[in-house]
Amino acid sequence: MLTTEIKIKLERAFPGAKVEIEDESADHAGHQASGAHLAVEIIYGGFAGKTKVEQHQMVYQALKEDLQRTVHALRLRTKEPASEQTTGEEQ
Amino acid sequence: MNEELRKKIEGLINSHKVFLFLKGTPEEPQCGFSWKVVETLKGLGVKFGSFDILSDEEMRQAVKEYSNWPTYPQLYLNGKLIGGCDLVLEMAESGELKKLIE
Repeated sequence: MLTTEIKIKLERAFPGAKVEIEDESADHAGHQASGAHLAVEIIYGGFAGKTKVEQHQMVYQALKEDLQRTVHALRLRTKEPASEQTTGEEQ
Repeated sequence: MNEELRKKIEGLINSHKVFLFLKGTPEEPQCGFSWKVVETLKGLGVKFGSFDILSDEEMRQAVKEYSNWPTYPQLYLNGKLIGGCDLVLEMAESGELKKLIE
């Protein structure tokens, strides 16, 4: 499974991170040939002190090959463990 | 990336306080993610410059390399990348985007 493969890859790249992946490809039927649509959420201590842009760049870097081949689109949410507690589900 | 392309990109992102590289035009975005960002900016009443990366394959590759960001749309504020679709929507929801742009 692609989602399992990506999850393992991210957990290796970001040790101790909490990684959640959802395959949303079915929502994009019609242009599935171009690759999977994944939603990824990563909570990682190593994001501390980084801007959101830098956090996303770290994830893109880790999945560089996959983004060129099997993954067509990535919906990405990155968080630090502490900020999750304070702003997690806040509207 | 050659110097000419770098200068072209820097010229564009500094031409407006808010600048968007997108697929299509603000009037007719060609991708759902670009459309969402355009709608968000319009909703906030933000004026922005834009470039359609589907119109220029060389630029489409060069901007990705310049910003170390593999996807479009890409939104710039004061010449600096502030995010793609996910981050822009996240910042719009939290009110941060409005504060940043004002």
